[in-house]
Amino acid sequence: MANLVKDVTINDSHPKTLLLKRHVEYIAAYGNNKEDFEYCMTEYLRMSGMYWGLTAMELMGHLHYMDKAQVIEFISQCIDSSGGISSSIGHDPHLLYTLSAVQILCLLDAVSVLPVDKVTEYVASLQKPDGSFTGDKWGEVDTRFSFCAVACLSLLGRLDAIDVDKAVEFVVSCHNFDGGFGSQPGSESHAGLIYCCVGLLSITGRLHLIDGDLLGWWLSERQLPSGGLNGRPEKLPDVCYSWWVLASLAMLGRLHWVHKQSLERFVLACQDTELGGFSDRPGDIPDPFHTLFGLAALSLLGNGELGKVNPTYCMPQHVIDRLKLRPQVLSV
Amino acid sequence: MEGSSSEEGEDVNWTFYRDREEWADLKPVPQDDGPHPVVAIAYSEKFRDVFDYFRGVLKVHELSERALDLTRDAVELNPGNYTVWQYRRQILKHLDKDLKEEMAFVAEMISAFPKNYQVWHHRQVLVSWLNDASDELQLTAKMLALDAKNYHAWQHRQWAIRTFNLFQNELEFIEKLLNDDIRNNSAWNQRYFVINQTTEFAPEVIEKEIAYVLSKIKIATKNESSWNYLRGIVLHSESGLRKPSVIDFCDELYNSGNRSACLLSYLVDAALEQAEYGVVKENSLLSIDKALELCDNLANEFDVCRRGYWNYISGCLRVHMN
Ligand SMILES: [Zn+2]
Repeated sequence: MANLVKDVTINDSHPKTLLLKRHVEYIAAYGNNKEDFEYCMTEYLRMSGMYWGLTAMELMGHLHYMDKAQVIEFISQCIDSSGGISSSIGHDPHLLYTLSAVQILCLLDAVSVLPVDKVTEYVASLQKPDGSFTGDKWGEVDTRFSFCAVACLSLLGRLDAIDVDKAVEFVVSCHNFDGGFGSQPGSESHAGLIYCCVGLLSITGRLHLIDGDLLGWWLSERQLPSGGLNGRPEKLPDVCYSWWVLASLAMLGRLHWVHKQSLERFVLACQDTELGGFSDRPGDIPDPFHTLFGLAALSLLGNGELGKVNPTYCMPQHVIDRLKLRPQVLSV
Repeated sequence: MEGSSSEEGEDVNWTFYRDREEWADLKPVPQDDGPHPVVAIAYSEKFRDVFDYFRGVLKVHELSERALDLTRDAVELNPGNYTVWQYRRQILKHLDKDLKEEMAFVAEMISAFPKNYQVWHHRQVLVSWLNDASDELQLTAKMLALDAKNYHAWQHRQWAIRTFNLFQNELEFIEKLLNDDIRNNSAWNQRYFVINQTTEFAPEVIEKEIAYVLSKIKIATKNESSWNYLRGIVLHSESGLRKPSVIDFCDELYNSGNRSACLLSYLVDAALEQAEYGVVKENSLLSIDKALELCDNLANEFDVCRRGYWNYISGCLRVHMN
């Protein structure tokens, strides 16, 4: 069998420097084009879209371009009587969008618009007896939702409302033989879910429960010759996975286990020189999701033009400091 | 299937809901995107029409046959909209619909949108309601034949196997997948999942699995997935990474000139494990000196991009040197 590595090639035609101004324009324009087909198609994740855009803007130092009052007004219209927050007006509440809304309001220093007790009650109601969380009152169990719940409550200062030990126990039960984590006990290790599990352990101060060397090794194995990182073995590199792997390594104190220069080169190559924004891989179409994770990865890699990002929350470090949160980070 | 998430509107047989007599009594609700009114939209009349009427039925909480049909149009246009799926389930329950028909529909939707969370979740809910998972292995096998690493398909398959105790032929299925693609990490994971849930790691199982995975490593010595599986299995044996039959295998591979980073890293970790147990072997493949040499080779030649890691491991090894 030929030993073909699934990867991309980066050449001189790809951008090598950060096109900051272009990205600011890209994000600022994104929400203004409401007749855009894609904009309507993504209504069901609008709240997360706003979190990606606003966080990206703040990392670029241009949050003032955004209409904060309008954002806050939108969020307040998405709060359900249960305390859960929906992706958009008229949708059902969901944990994913509840976290996005809380992240946005923390960023804007406007948490006071939330009925914090109600939101807390909603999040706590999604915990199952085994410690896991579902995404909404109907939905499936997934370690993503464990992270959302714990991140959300910690941002609100209300971790006391859930059984943290049980939540940790469930996440640990999803630990695999290769050192990684999946969505449920026995599910394959996956970089996005590893980020969620490591993030939960970072917030709850339980990172010592993992074998950092073994997991760090698995994570650093995600780097391909192009410098980009994939999410699972034999998958193509992707900017969003680059962030999840890198952020996990940062929490484990092992960021230096990847080759920073080549990763930076890969991420920069994913910028769209015309439209602005980042795509998953060089040459693809940009979107706000990959734009935030591209910028966040560059920030973690130490890019001086960007504000510092916190690896656990994927939020500006100064916001985490303002909230007096100290998510655990290991050092080796 | 005619529905897709791409732009619609050119469908000649399509009648807008606003032009359907049987819907004349329902007031459509246009999209409200916050305080600023949405500009009149030309992007897809069909999309807007369907969702205006969907919001309309939602508002008056209509659980009817026609609302069920409407949700079908809506999820076909936008399968990611979890609110529509949830509402569809409410209607199915309320009307006490034949779920077999719905199973066929969701199978179609899974084929059309195999990486969508909602379609798989809908399937799981239906299987639970029916308490019948007899089609799930076949459905997931079909989807895995198209994409052997589809995370949703694997998750659904594991759920069905675990919930309805369908372990019986799973190892055979996995072997077929691994014969097709020895690097299929999902299949290796599934192998571990099955053994962990059935025979567990009795000594004879460990021997059998080691023999199996070594035969696969021989075919592709740089395959991270099979090496990780090997590590996962030997951890259940008393001698851990230093299991003699495995070290002999590595020894032979190394002496044949193989320098796969997976092989070298296995040897380094075995040496570290040995040192941690306080056993020092001079002049062996597992000596500290040899392991340091291997780390050096990895950092400078075979795995340069992970130099940071190899330097760290060298440091761990040196702690054990006196
Ligand atoms: Zn991506």
